[in-house]
Order: sequence, then structure tokens, then C-alpha cells
Amino acid sequence: MNSFSYTRATNIATAVHELAEDREAALIAGGTNLIDLMKENVARPDRLVDITRLPLNRIEDLEDGGLRLGALVTNADTAYNEAVEIRYPLLSRAILAGASAQLRNMATNGGNLMQRTRCVYFYDTATPCNKREPGTGCSAIDGFNRMHAILGTSDQCIAVHPSDMCVALRALDAVVRVTGEDGDRTIPFAEFHRLPGDTPHIDTNLGAGEIITSIDLPPKGFPDHYAYLKVRDRTSYAFALVSVAAALEMDGATVTDARLALGGIAHKPWRDPNAEAMLNGIEATKDHFEAVGEAVVRDAKGFGHNTFKIQLAKRAIVRALQHAARMGQR
Amino acid sequence: MDSRPAAGIASRAPARLPTTSSITLNVNGVPSKLDIAPWTTLLDALREYLGLTGTKKGCDHGQCGACTVLVGGKRILSCLTLAVMQDDANVTTIEGLAEAGVLHPLQQAFIDHDAFQCGYCTPGQICSAVGLMREGRAKTPDEIRELMSGNICRCGAYPNILAAIQQAMATEGRATP
Repeated sequence: MNSFSYTRATNIATAVHELAEDREAALIAGGTNLIDLMKENVARPDRLVDITRLPLNRIEDLEDGGLRLGALVTNADTAYNEAVEIRYPLLSRAILAGASAQLRNMATNGGNLMQRTRCVYFYDTATPCNKREPGTGCSAIDGFNRMHAILGTSDQCIAVHPSDMCVALRALDAVVRVTGEDGDRTIPFAEFHRLPGDTPHIDTNLGAGEIITSIDLPPKGFPDHYAYLKVRDRTSYAFALVSVAAALEMDGATVTDARLALGGIAHKPWRDPNAEAMLNGIEATKDHFEAVGEAVVRDAKGFGHNTFKIQLAKRAIVRALQHAARMGQR
Repeated sequence: MDSRPAAGIASRAPARLPTTSSITLNVNGVPSKLDIAPWTTLLDALREYLGLTGTKKGCDHGQCGACTVLVGGKRILSCLTLAVMQDDANVTTIEGLAEAGVLHPLQQAFIDHDAFQCGYCTPGQICSAVGLMREGRAKTPDEIRELMSGNICRCGAYPNILAAIQQAMATEGRATP
């Protein structure tokens, strides 16, 4: 680990100011990803601003019927929060599908959004990586790419976003509230994470001096018909090969509203509005769901080791939608 | 521009000497004052500064669970948090579980069920299981397996670890009706 200095922020304004003053500074909260990246010399901040004692640690109801998740609430406290369990069970399931109990006790909601890819080449400072060192090349495209993306890739980067929580937040149309020296603003979840394009070193659209203060959930939580299906190399404590967040509203056997988001296959939690629209008004049958799966992977591209993910994603979509549709029928 | 020879390096600030912070860690009920550099993990503070080597360094990357301790009663990975961030925290390690010479029910259960072979992961397993029992979320064997998945045992003592945890849960269930 490189030498760095440490300060503990006592209020949000100080933290914002410290970030703005020193472009080599980084915020630290749960630390579960950042400290690891610092041990590997992938992240080399010259200053850490500890924000763990800022008052962003509450979950509270919003006037519009939604729910505000403080940026510093831990993943565990969010997943086990009664309001989340009852009104947004998809989110609870997704969080509990990720990491381990110890990590969920440490990791915060804001940090979950800000975690970096686990691409092995990003972590290996002996290899070229456009995300770590822009312009050096991508080692994964012609390398070991079993874990990598099949959608939204560029010739610069095929890394995936590793979060489970974010897949559910994308499906639920969450809104990220941030604050910076220019004041507060909100970022729709769809626009929070970026595709790699020519700038794979920039993961998110959070401004350089900005801090996430909360993640706001809209009132609609799809508590009756939902599924989070995570396919991975072992049953627990592994990153997704493919994950699917499915949320439906049903009238009898007919789908009246649908959300479908995927993890493990792209640089950001993936959603396909056209494929999703195919679900509206259809009968919940396997044939119909298979057509949706086909549509999602229509433009998918494999890189060798990960080409199996195209078929896997289609099947996972069908299974997740079937599971969500069947809920509450018996 | 100045004429320093080391072009490219000249723009970088010279490396700073470590600046230490004064912190207090309450470990197993005993407050300790430490002057430590900010990059010292809680794990290294426990082992290297406080001499509490019961907490193990396995992978040092949050993947094995050997360094699990309880902070504020919750199980966390001591390798992925900085000691300075835990200033004033209440930390419980494997050394703090026995009371007045009597083993914690989980420690006894691990012995009863031979829930280890080499023993290196055991302090982390036991601290993790203490956290698991406090959380109260695991009832079935599958739920215990799932919520203990952050603790790897390369000797493969998992069936006995599961049995030990079930025994401790049953004992606690009787003790607090």
C-alpha cells in the first residue's frame, strides 16, 4: 500500500470540500473494495477522507410513498430492513445474493454503487488494462474472459460491473442523490453507471467532487411477483456469471407491468427497454418469455471463454420470469 | 521549468514520512491506546501492536474469513478496515470469548464436534458463528451454510463446523427460553 494521509469528515460540507481540494483524495466508508485495491496498488489515493461518521445512515419513508436508503447504511442493514423486506423484497434478495455476511456488515449502499470491476487484469498491475492505465490496451479481449461482458462492450474494455444490489436498483428505477460544491442533484439509476466506450477508466457519472447521499426508491416495489436469480460457479460467495432481476405485475395470467435487469454481462446493470416492453400485456408462458430472452441477447457478442453466457442469459431470463410469474399463485 | 534532472518525477511530491494517529481500541473490554500509521489494518493492529495473534491473516483480501472479528457486536473482516477508522470501537476477538476460564459454547462445540483439522480458520469460524447467532437469521442447516459462506476451511471440516454451530444454537435455545 502507498503512503497516504487520513482525515475523518465531521460534516458533509467538509468532506465535499476536501474532495474538491485534492483530486488525489478518495472517500472511504465500508472500505471493502477500496482497501483491497490499495493493497494491490491499483488504487493509490494520497489522502483518505473517512465519511463513516456522517449522518447518512438512516432508512426513511419518502412523502411520495417511496423509501430513502442512506448512503452509509450497510448492505446488511438495508437487506434486513423491514420496509425493504416487505415493500422491495427484490432488493433484499439481490443484496443477500452478494458477498458474505461479514462483507455485507461492512459495505455501504453508496460504496456498493462505487465498487470497481473484479476483472483479473484490472487487479493485475503487471498486465495492460485500459481501465487501470488508459491507453495500455485490454488484456481480457484475447485473454481469460470467462467472467466478462457480452453486451455493451467496446474494443477498449469488456469488464463487468460486479454488483448484485445495483441490478435490483436498476430494475426498480432507483434515483441516486448526490451533493457537491455546486449543490445537490439527482441521477437516475440508468445514467449512474457508464458503458466503457473510449473511457473505460470512468465507471460512473458521479462528478469528481461529489458524494452520494442516498439512493431513493420509487413507490412501486413489485412485492408480489419478483425473482433474483444468480448463476455462479459455486452456490454462495461468488460473483455472478449471469444474474437476473425480474419484477412483474400480473392480472391473472397476464403481465401488466414488467422490469427486467441483468448483472454479470455488462459494464453496468443491463436493461433493454424494447425487450422489456414485449412483456407488457402478454400471457406468462415459457414461449413468450423465451422470445424476450432472445431479444435481450440479440446483439450479444462472446469473446471465447464467455460465449456460453449468451445461452445462459437467455435461459436465466426465462427461469427468473417464470419464477416471478408463479409467485403468489398457490 | 526548473532544471532538476529527474524529469517526470520532479512533478511528484516527495514521499512523506508516516504520520501516526493516536487512537483507542477497546479490545475484549480492555482499552488500548495506539499510535499507528493510517494504513495499518485492524488485523495488523491486533496482531502486531496488541499481540493478539488469535485472529489470523489468511488471504488479507477479504476472501477467506480467517480474520473475522466482532466490532460493536457485528462480524466483520479485520483485514479490510483500517484501525484508525475503528477509533473508540469495541472489538471482540477469539481471545475474548471465554469467560472466567469457561469456554464460549461455540468454542466447546467446535471441540465436541472436531470442527477443525489444521485450526487456522477456526478463530474466524467461531467469531463468525458468534455473529451469525446474534443476527438470528439462520435457522436451517442450509441457512447456516449460506450465512457462514464467508469463512473458508481448506481442510474441509464444513460438516463438523455445521454440527458444532447447530449444537451451540440448541444450547442457547435451552438457556434462553
